[in-house]
Amino acid sequence: MAKVTVDGIVVEVPNGSTVLQACELAGKEIPRFCYHERLSIAGNCRMCLVEIEKAPKPVASCAFPVADNMVVKTDTPMVRNGRRGVMEFLLINHPLDCPICDQGGECDLQDQALGYGMDHTRYEENKRAVKDKNLGPLVKTVMTRCIHCTRCIRFVTEIAGVPDLGATSRGESLEVGTYVEKALGSELSGNIIDLCPVGALTSKPYAFVARPWELKKTDSVDVLDAVGTNIRIDSRGPEVLRILPRLNEEVNEEWLADKARFSMDGLKRRRLDRPWVRRDGKLVQATWGDAFTVIAERLQGVAGERIGALAGDLCDAESMVALKDLLTALGSANLDCRQDGVLLQAGRRDFYTFNSTIAAIEEADALLLIGTNPRREAPVINARIRKRWLASKMLIGLIGETAELTYDFQHVGGDAGAFDGLRDASAGFGKTLADANKPMVIVGQPALRQPGVLAAVWELAGAIGALAGEWHGFNVLHTAAARVGALDLGFVPGQGGRDLAGMLNGGVDVLWLLGADEFDTARIGRNTFVIYQGHHGDRGAARADVILPGSAYTEKSGTYVNTEGRVQRGLRAVYPPGEAREDWTIIRALSEVLGKTLPYDDLPGVRARLEQVNPVFGRTNFLPRFGVSDRSGPGQGSGRASGPFGVAIENYYQTDPISRASPTMAACTETFATTPLLQAAE
Amino acid sequence: MTETNSSNGVQPESFAWDAESEAAIGRVVAKYPPGKQASGVIPLLYIVQNQMGRQTGSAWIPRAAMDAVAHRLGMAPIRVYEVATFYLMFNTKPIGKWHLQVCTTTPCWLRGSDAVVEACKAATGIGAFGETSEDGLFTMTEVECLGACVNAPVLQVNDDFYEDLDADSTRQLLDALRRDAPPRPGSVTGRQTSAPAGGPTTLTTLQNLGPPPPDAVQPPRER
Ligand code: SF4
Ligand code: FES
Ligand code: FES
Repeated sequence: MAKVTVDGIVVEVPNGSTVLQACELAGKEIPRFCYHERLSIAGNCRMCLVEIEKAPKPVASCAFPVADNMVVKTDTPMVRNGRRGVMEFLLINHPLDCPICDQGGECDLQDQALGYGMDHTRYEENKRAVKDKNLGPLVKTVMTRCIHCTRCIRFVTEIAGVPDLGATSRGESLEVGTYVEKALGSELSGNIIDLCPVGALTSKPYAFVARPWELKKTDSVDVLDAVGTNIRIDSRGPEVLRILPRLNEEVNEEWLADKARFSMDGLKRRRLDRPWVRRDGKLVQATWGDAFTVIAERLQGVAGERIGALAGDLCDAESMVALKDLLTALGSANLDCRQDGVLLQAGRRDFYTFNSTIAAIEEADALLLIGTNPRREAPVINARIRKRWLASKMLIGLIGETAELTYDFQHVGGDAGAFDGLRDASAGFGKTLADANKPMVIVGQPALRQPGVLAAVWELAGAIGALAGEWHGFNVLHTAAARVGALDLGFVPGQGGRDLAGMLNGGVDVLWLLGADEFDTARIGRNTFVIYQGHHGDRGAARADVILPGSAYTEKSGTYVNTEGRVQRGLRAVYPPGEAREDWTIIRALSEVLGKTLPYDDLPGVRARLEQVNPVFGRTNFLPRFGVSDRSGPGQGSGRASGPFGVAIENYYQTDPISRASPTMAACTETFATTPLLQAAE
Repeated sequence: MTETNSSNGVQPESFAWDAESEAAIGRVVAKYPPGKQASGVIPLLYIVQNQMGRQTGSAWIPRAAMDAVAHRLGMAPIRVYEVATFYLMFNTKPIGKWHLQVCTTTPCWLRGSDAVVEACKAATGIGAFGETSEDGLFTMTEVECLGACVNAPVLQVNDDFYEDLDADSTRQLLDALRRDAPPRPGSVTGRQTSAPAGGPTTLTTLQNLGPPPPDAVQPPRER
């Protein structure tokens, strides 16, 4: 530890810290453009100058290591003049276009210019102009504004692992870009918009839409993958205008995947904003009353076991528990949430969650990926894996289809047949796993569709020492935000109940789809009466006999459980369009019409019910670490695993009704479907 | 000066190393420990440039060749683009057979680099820095101090320095280049390296070696 005095305040910082970190610890704010705590240090903007006693010149604090008994001054004439000089230089070539710049109001340069800028310029020469770059459909560039902090370059190189950006040429001709025109082939590319301290990189779909001070900011949770990324929804009136990440070290650090960031224009398209009822083969508009009456009439005399319900991938826990309670009241045990047919069971939680926790990836020393492509299924988790791989050269093995991940890995095999080879602790990747202190196994959804794989992977995890009292190295990577919550609530066939396959092809007479669009609706029996409750006119709604318009995740206060089993809550940012309502209230209202009134009628009531069904819902945000207390595995089931696992996500940009309705995601699909994702090099 | 996105129609589709380059690459790459091969990027770019000079008479580095360098050294292509565009010694556009790099920094300028520039323009028909003559033989660029100020003004042709130039000697030099007979590099006035122009002022009793005989061969250069 080093003792450093900052403006008279004495702080202790670890050796090797930078002066800037010491200043922050002392509560002194240091202006900066290039420094970012999650990126390597560049030290090229010089805005962070401070004075250090006995140093003859001002020092760039972000790149200067502390020494014991150092005396730092952050507010002296020397410091202020130094920073003013830097600011003046930065502004020589920076355009004066704040009024038409999307960064206006949240621009670091603008903010710092307030403190260190002059009220006039001493330069009369022409400013340089730089050609804008085309980085694809997501990131808009105005490169004349670039101050060459290189944050974007460092981000794509270090964190995203897709080194496409660089600084070419030099001096006054220096330009940040790709040199060869190409779109940024990273699923995390939107983050460079947040990182860019000026308006050089801004959001293309959000261009000229709003000023930051006009926006209402609502904390929420992303549902377009199962990571549970913490987000902030910026809205104005009834419209969601943009989505930004919120800091959560345990989950997403400060990153957000592109689909989550840019799909929100899908929230305005193909929306179900009023009830519809099928009459004479055609869907016609209806009132809530009509729709409920039609349902009530149809349900008349239908036995409980002829009714079924499917929960989709974006559902909040509140609506699922309400639907489950209603079905139970109607005498049905036909419930399922596993639209993709994975063979996960409700029950013991560590059989279906990401037990190590996302943050613990940074402790693992060997990793086995089974039937998963984390880069597409959970880009933010993939970034953690890469972070760990960079920091420790963690060895990674993959069973399943190979892909361009952003780290090196050894391809161990293509199917479940490769498991046995890994039990050999004397050679190959089996030895790597056996030698590791904290081995980690991540199994993806495609693998879990094959019978016996869950049990086999659990057993393998045990054999390589991943199931220890202190370390739970068995992890299931989900792709659906609702899935873990649904399993927690037991949204699976009850005693004698039918599963998805059993409900299709006429297995039930009335089928309730709660936002369920990710299965082949053509397999629903021809005479099955389909109730679709959801927010988008997608596959499910097309087949429906009655449509009940629900809310998207931005329009309701919902509880979601991420792949780790972390219970998180999102708040409502805007109201649902037209006649649409929050989902659990729809089910509650219908229950009354059916004479099966559910015993709760406000949000605290539903949440109390959630907790009653499964106590995990009582603990939000916080997720305790745990080891393995019971090493006995899940049942083998019948059937044998065979053949390649396949992939969970073919096209990253369109995986759910929201992203399928989004023009931005369609543009991404067009751009990236033809260009294969670039290889990750380091 | 920036050649970002230089899809100006001259970029060849592909680039392949010839045998001479392969041998040179082998020597360069062997100098670095395994995993640090990226350090060889500058020598490899020179190898490309020389090969292009040999093969096409225009010593420049096409994009495809930068990709080949990246591939060879296991680096991301953009890292090679950065280096290749940073150094002015690397030509990212096709150039003439003889690359006239005129130093116009203060010492050379004081000693008459303007006359050298004018002579170059007159003899080649080039209108401004950065241009290539119509016959494709010459490209003239302006460079900063070449580090040979004692013999100012200096003109670098491809890899060689010609020093102590004036309008006349520049014209003669260009004539010789046009005939494909580059004279011996160094001072054109005949003084030995940068020894005093009028002969030695110290150690005068030693035999004055005088200028080397005109048939002296150029020493082979190796990178
Ligand atoms: S584009 Fe933005 S983030 Fe990238 S170097 Fe320029 S100012 Fe920095
Ligand atoms: S923040 Fe220190 S030099 Fe940029
Ligand atoms: S100024 Fe021309 S070589 Fe130094």
